[in-house]
Amino acid sequence: MGRRPNMAEVVAAEPALSNQILEVEGLCAHHGQLLALDGVSFTVGEGSVFAVIGANGAGKSTLMRSIAGLHRPSEGRVIFDGTDITRLSTPQRVELGISLVPEGRRLFASLSVEENLLTGTYIRRSGHWTIERVYEMFPWMWQRKNQRSSLLSGGEQQTVAISRALLANPRLLLIDELSLGLAPIVVRSIYGSLSKIMEGGLTVLIVEQDVNQALSVAAKFQCMLEGRTTLSGKPAEFTPEEIEAAYFGLNSTSSIHGKD
Amino acid sequence: MTTFAKVKRSQHTSIPAGVLALLILLVLAALPFLVYQSVTNIMVNLFILLVLASMWNLLAGYGGLISVGQQAFVGLGAYGVLFLAQHGVDPFIAIPFAILVGVVFAVPASWFLFRLSGGYFAIATWVIAVVAEIAITGVPSLGGGTGAALPGLSGIDPVQLGADTYWASAAVGVLSIAVVFLIMRSRLGLVLTAVRDNEIGARSVGVKVTRAKLIVFLVSAAGSAAAGALIAISQLNVQAANVFNIQWSAYMIFAVLIGGIGTIEGPILGTVIFIVMQQELARFNAWYLIIVGSLAVVIAIWVKGGIWAQISERTGIRLFPTGYYVDTAEDEMEGKRLGRRRISKVIGGDRQSGQLSEAAETT
Amino acid sequence: MLNAIIQGILLGGLVVLFACGLSLLFGVMGVINLAHGDIAVAAAYVAVAIVPVLHIPAIWIFAIVVPLFMVAGYIVQRLLIQPSLNSGPLTTLLVTFGLSVIIENLLLEIFSANSHSLAIGSLASSAFKLSSQISIAYLSLLILVVSIVVVAGVQLGLYRTRTGRIIRAVADDREAAELIGADYRHIFGIAAGLAFGTVALAGLSLAMYSQVDPSSGPDYLIFGFEAVVIGGLGSLWGTFAGGIVLGIATTIGLFLSANFGALAPHIVFLLVLALRPQGFFPKKVAV
Repeated sequence: MGRRPNMAEVVAAEPALSNQILEVEGLCAHHGQLLALDGVSFTVGEGSVFAVIGANGAGKSTLMRSIAGLHRPSEGRVIFDGTDITRLSTPQRVELGISLVPEGRRLFASLSVEENLLTGTYIRRSGHWTIERVYEMFPWMWQRKNQRSSLLSGGEQQTVAISRALLANPRLLLIDELSLGLAPIVVRSIYGSLSKIMEGGLTVLIVEQDVNQALSVAAKFQCMLEGRTTLSGKPAEFTPEEIEAAYFGLNSTSSIHGKD
Repeated sequence: MTTFAKVKRSQHTSIPAGVLALLILLVLAALPFLVYQSVTNIMVNLFILLVLASMWNLLAGYGGLISVGQQAFVGLGAYGVLFLAQHGVDPFIAIPFAILVGVVFAVPASWFLFRLSGGYFAIATWVIAVVAEIAITGVPSLGGGTGAALPGLSGIDPVQLGADTYWASAAVGVLSIAVVFLIMRSRLGLVLTAVRDNEIGARSVGVKVTRAKLIVFLVSAAGSAAAGALIAISQLNVQAANVFNIQWSAYMIFAVLIGGIGTIEGPILGTVIFIVMQQELARFNAWYLIIVGSLAVVIAIWVKGGIWAQISERTGIRLFPTGYYVDTAEDEMEGKRLGRRRISKVIGGDRQSGQLSEAAETT
Repeated sequence: MLNAIIQGILLGGLVVLFACGLSLLFGVMGVINLAHGDIAVAAAYVAVAIVPVLHIPAIWIFAIVVPLFMVAGYIVQRLLIQPSLNSGPLTTLLVTFGLSVIIENLLLEIFSANSHSLAIGSLASSAFKLSSQISIAYLSLLILVVSIVVVAGVQLGLYRTRTGRIIRAVADDREAAELIGADYRHIFGIAAGLAFGTVALAGLSLAMYSQVDPSSGPDYLIFGFEAVVIGGLGSLWGTFAGGIVLGIATTIGLFLSANFGALAPHIVFLLVLALRPQGFFPKKVAV
């Protein structure tokens, strides 16, 4: 981030809108009768970390599931690297390079650690990540590769779940509720490995309830409340009070919308 | 603006339906005087299937218990009549005792069956039917494997016998519909509806789910045994391979699936469609069962709620008001102007998904 | 008694082969296939129908019928079972029951109610003697060996291959499997193909071993199911033991009377259900 770009650079950067890897346009989604997403729009630049924060029931998970193709939106579009993927199935999106680490990790309980990792290679997308690289980064996994994944601690499971998603060599990694149910020290260590994870040019979209943690790594973020975006932009542009107000919906109604 | 919401049970179609039902009952009662015996014979088969279908619907559609072994109770009902007739009891008088035989057998059967659920329950009901059949064929006085003729009816004039058989089966048919209707209107019906919609939820709020299912199982065993008794009387012959045949389960399941599972009207409609198809396709031998079975499979997969749900959704007709309806109107005047749109399926009632959202949108 | 045990073991192999597909479908997609027995019978009838046309030794029929049924399994899964899975857990039961009735009546219409068997020449009748009372038919022994090899192969495939790993992953959590790029419907199709293939093999073995008729499908389903419950759900070795127990019960029952021979295995099953409903070798995770 560093210094502010001058005007000339901003103009020059305009055509570079094309390296917005993900564009979400007016996304609406329902759970039965309930409107879970109400016209959410944002873009994520390639190679950056984008955070979605918000309280319980704000629609964050529905947003992630809609991007991954697990939830069919009722309106709006999801565009990945210039292609409209709104109608594609989840496996098709994985093939294109979108992987979701679901809320609650969802490891395959009856499979061993190594088998869980190997399932990540199912689609055979080539790229930076191989099982050897994963073991290099997390040596403990190699030692415990034959253990049943259900015997791991929450933090270990989250790491295996992220690694499993990485082995599909995605271009966009979605992580839903990264820190949910994990001890703070474990959360810090996972966030610590994020920069290494992104070495291969990966883009990361994180959903978090732990606002401070998320904003410390995110280039841009958006805050959600009741299915709507209440705040979006760069973390540095807002005071903690503004963010808190958007998070809890304290201020006025919906959109304070972005300053950028 | 004040909102009035009344919880009501009956619907505008219920009162004319009641009059219509009375008329139908009168016609049914007088039928032997109006038509040839060939027609009443078909009607006997129709009523037998009606009993089986509505009992299976009670079990599966309301109780969530998929049984493919109801022929156990059909067979036992038939053999119950045979046994009593062999001991000098009038076969028609024996019908209630045949029902008792079914229930008495259903109690120990439930001890085994209720240890299993879902598909395992289903196959185990099949085992129970096989066991009942093998056990019965081991009794020489009941004819063993070859079966026996039903005594006690040979002296009666065939026309009179045909009419008596017709009346008996019509009575059992109407009675079984009434029993299902009354059960679904009772507390037990509410319990069953709760279980159908969310079994775990129902258990967690203290609903005695297993007891409710057991009652349903026993009632459906009783009904199936009654149907078996009628089969024995109408065929004047009881043979294990026939009365314990899996085809009875096929008939009742197909009729319910075609008409619509989980409603009282569905099995009635399905039974009529089944019997009509059986008559029309009789010359194609076993092909009729293949055609009817294929139709049932297609409807089960792709037509939610069967044919009755399609009719009911389009016309709004319910013949048997078992559920509760919340009658909403913005206020009295508004309500009259709008013709009192009804939001159905708020509390239990017939299985018609999609109704709530449609009604809510129009209000 | 020793003879009863030996015959029971020989039969046990066939029961395991039969139950293998039943467990696979239940373990992977939670579907109890009520038409399982009828599919075995249908495979036997397909063989009976094409052997005279093709003029090939009956033993080669495996190479045609088993792949045919694997493809059929995939198609039936995608066309019928998957849509019924989508419309509710009980619908699969009703649909497979419907299939059972349809298959049975189709066979009845095409082949009549007469029973058939696959003629395989001298192998069917030749046997060797262990003692003066006990003789073992080569065919039974062959079926036992084939059954064990096939069942062990399926197990090995599930635990050692890429596809097997994905099948188990889908059985655990189909949504998570989608997130690694696996279309679970396709994987279900593969599992159904395996199930149909193994049960076709069981049906062919059965037709060589004894006779089949169109209405015998449910009997095989019940027998296989009882072996599964006696052995404990999800354990193939348990099913093998269950098959042996049922075989022995039948043999002993037949000593008393023909009727009791038919009744005895069911009574054993009900007793196990009453006294030890978890079976003898229960396993926590299915497949």
